[in-house]
Amino acid sequence: MSIEIKNISYTYMPKTAFEHQALKNVSFTLNEGEVTAIAGHTGSGKSTIVQHLNGLLHPTDGQVLVDGTDLASKGDEAVKARQLVGLVFQYPEHQLFEETVAKDVGFGPKNLGVSEEETEKRVREALEFVDLDYDVFKDVSPFQLSGGQKRRVAIAGVLALKPKYLVLDEPTAGLDPRGREELLSRVCELHKKKKVTLIFVSHKMEDVARIADRLIVMNHGELVIDAPPRKAFLEEAAIKEAGLDIPVTVRLLTELKEKGFSVDTDAFTIDETAKRIARAIKERGRR
Amino acid sequence: MLTDITLGQYFPGTSFLHRMDPRMKISLLFVWIVGIFVFDMPKAYGVFTAATVLLAIISRVPLLTLAKSIKPLWMILVFTLLIHMCGTPGEALFHISVFEFTKEGFMQGFVICLRLALLIFLSSLLTFTTSPLELTDAMESLLSPLKCIGVPAHELAMMMSIALRFVPTLIEETDKIMKAQQSRGVNFESGNVIKRLSSLVPILVPLFISAFRRADELAMAMEARCYRGGEGRTRMKELKVRALDYGACACTVVLMAALVVMKVEGI
Repeated sequence: MSIEIKNISYTYMPKTAFEHQALKNVSFTLNEGEVTAIAGHTGSGKSTIVQHLNGLLHPTDGQVLVDGTDLASKGDEAVKARQLVGLVFQYPEHQLFEETVAKDVGFGPKNLGVSEEETEKRVREALEFVDLDYDVFKDVSPFQLSGGQKRRVAIAGVLALKPKYLVLDEPTAGLDPRGREELLSRVCELHKKKKVTLIFVSHKMEDVARIADRLIVMNHGELVIDAPPRKAFLEEAAIKEAGLDIPVTVRLLTELKEKGFSVDTDAFTIDETAKRIARAIKERGRR
Repeated sequence: MLTDITLGQYFPGTSFLHRMDPRMKISLLFVWIVGIFVFDMPKAYGVFTAATVLLAIISRVPLLTLAKSIKPLWMILVFTLLIHMCGTPGEALFHISVFEFTKEGFMQGFVICLRLALLIFLSSLLTFTTSPLELTDAMESLLSPLKCIGVPAHELAMMMSIALRFVPTLIEETDKIMKAQQSRGVNFESGNVIKRLSSLVPILVPLFISAFRRADELAMAMEARCYRGGEGRTRMKELKVRALDYGACACTVVLMAALVVMKVEGI
């Protein structure tokens, strides 16, 4: 079971003066159970790809198959397939509209025709998952919450749909470091505990390195790298070309290696990097 | 989707018409429109038609795109022609039941339709070759003499340019919110009227909230940069009447003068 992207191309505003090809013959498969990061410069086509994953956009050319069903086909199967993919947009807090938090989170399940009790259960679960106490927040207006809380409510709104694949478009944009940390660890937990397949867009390479099994780099609508982050970071030139940066830790270790220290360059946390440097220095001392 | 809408009909380019001062374009358009109505000799129509075609070619706007601008008024043109054909006495061309369609009527109707079509094409040429912002700038400048009788020219133009500036932003925002709600299972395309109307609530509420937020932020940003109305403001892109504008102006004057002579002399 997987999401297959087969040779898709997408053109915005075809046949006008503003015609713009956002995707050029992109193919990849997102396997169940993986955590995939999609990275790229502004305008590289990453958000366009994301909108293809649950059928909001249909490719001008090519196919998107979710568990084998073409999303562009008509009929109930395609509708069902689309519901397997939950999509959290950039700045999802801008989509809140209900009077209370509980109603807003329950909006999705209600649309899918889930029963009242089941909806309440899902809302409770989703809110607990994003670390908001159901009994405290259920009757609060979403517009009274802080920015971080609003975002968590909005994400809960998508979680309540119980998607099999969860797609997050720059989930940490505009959050402070602590908020980012919390959100990422929540999302990781979702992957580990609930076996949700994760796809997230980010240009924070530190985040990518920490949680992704796989990194897809886009540049000018084309797929340039598709590899595990550790491997992808070796292709520094291609990553720079795509307007991105490799993590600071990798850069530091690479430079040390060039200076003749024997270190592996694939450390992504400060602690691990420090340990490796310490080891390398010791080793050099012994020699 | 929604984002496929183009605002206005501006067609970017660098032609002679694109480079002209928008104020001059508006003023000359006005003169031409008056001219089209005043000079009703067949030769004058020939001249105007030829001139319009020439301008269209100079503008480099695809002729097909330009031709489409007449679409909304197509029915009116046909209707005018038919009314004139059966309302004017003269040599009968053909009959449909009691209506008699005459040759004289056809000629008269054709002339009127041609006039209307020329009007539409000329004003479309203006909007095709002038960006909305240039238009508002020109409007401000042209309205500024009326300031002394209390017309807030600058404020009107500022409001218009802000409104224009935010149309694409709000369309984009609407598109995004629609997609977000669609991802949460809203279906905008099916159901009865009430159901469809109620599915607008999840779009309108966030849209209004964001519009107010943007208005608030914009006002704050403008004040932070010491905006306090039009008095004494200079602008980055000063409108300038250049040689090419004087050239266009001179051509128009010569053309109109020639037509006046033709009309008076009865050629």
